[in-house]
Amino acid sequence: MMDTLKLYGKAFDSRLLVGTALYPSPAVMRESVHASGSQIITLSLRRQNPEQQQGKMIWDYIQESGCQLLPNTAGCKTPKEVIALAEMSREIFATDWLKLEVIGDDYNLQPDPYGLIEAARELVKRGFNVLPYCTDDLVVCRKLLDVGCEVLMPWGSPIGTGRGLMNKYNLQTLRERLPDVPLIIDAGIGAPSQAGEAMEMGFDAVLLNTAIAKAQNPVLMAQAFKLAIESGRAARNAGLMLKRQTASPSTPTLDMPFWQQTVTVGENA
Amino acid sequence: MQLLVNGESINLNDGVSLAALLQQLGYTGETFAVAVNGDFVPRATYDATTMNAGDQLDIVAPVVGG
Repeated sequence: MMDTLKLYGKAFDSRLLVGTALYPSPAVMRESVHASGSQIITLSLRRQNPEQQQGKMIWDYIQESGCQLLPNTAGCKTPKEVIALAEMSREIFATDWLKLEVIGDDYNLQPDPYGLIEAARELVKRGFNVLPYCTDDLVVCRKLLDVGCEVLMPWGSPIGTGRGLMNKYNLQTLRERLPDVPLIIDAGIGAPSQAGEAMEMGFDAVLLNTAIAKAQNPVLMAQAFKLAIESGRAARNAGLMLKRQTASPSTPTLDMPFWQQTVTVGENA
Repeated sequence: MQLLVNGESINLNDGVSLAALLQQLGYTGETFAVAVNGDFVPRATYDATTMNAGDQLDIVAPVVGG
């Protein structure tokens, strides 16, 4: 049975989306993305002078990666900035896909829900496939769906913190109340176990960057995340057992040796 | 006239097109995009876009991102 991730009409075998930043070298980035098995990678745009070469490096990589590109609007604080950067991204990367970020707080890089909804509405009108990086607030998520987003990317915890799934109640609520919406946990994942947990909870995919890029061995960590996400997805599909308060033996208790019914021999009952 | 390119002040003759300015600054190929005063300027309109004193240009290129 095929278990593909479907986003904006495209099907993907991998449920791990990875960022391309913070790696010790371009070579390690390439090898790590490959090891992750990811088919969707995030990128960005920044001011650049003609003599700077990073643009060419990433451009060359884009040409050979074969991945769906997901340009972000990282650092934008207003819908106006977002719209301009989104249009520039579409022209350069030749894709309508966009990881929408509108940052409302510099300290924890928390998305601005009002700016997010306003920007998403305009971007959808302009034909973008918007994947908003949002908080785990059910009402904000619903509004994003109302303005035309088909995919949501709630945070696990703030970007780069590695704290995992900070508010499981809210995340579980999102999953239960929006059962048919592709939900991707974006940001805050620090360990494969956390990514696996997100998948076990029923999230459709995980997007991460720092946890792989800042590992001592990024390529090996990319493999670890790949395995954890596949494992978590399989567990979700298999159906987890219910938790219990008290112990329940797994080995049969019937015909246990050494056990005797406590009957006193020779005594008249 | 003076204008800002990626935050740096430059001097330019009046009436220069965006296309001419980009060429003068050494931007070639198609791996960059431009906004003038915060608004995206499509590549197809570079020739028809005339620069004005005080314009603020942002010229961006692909970078790694999360």
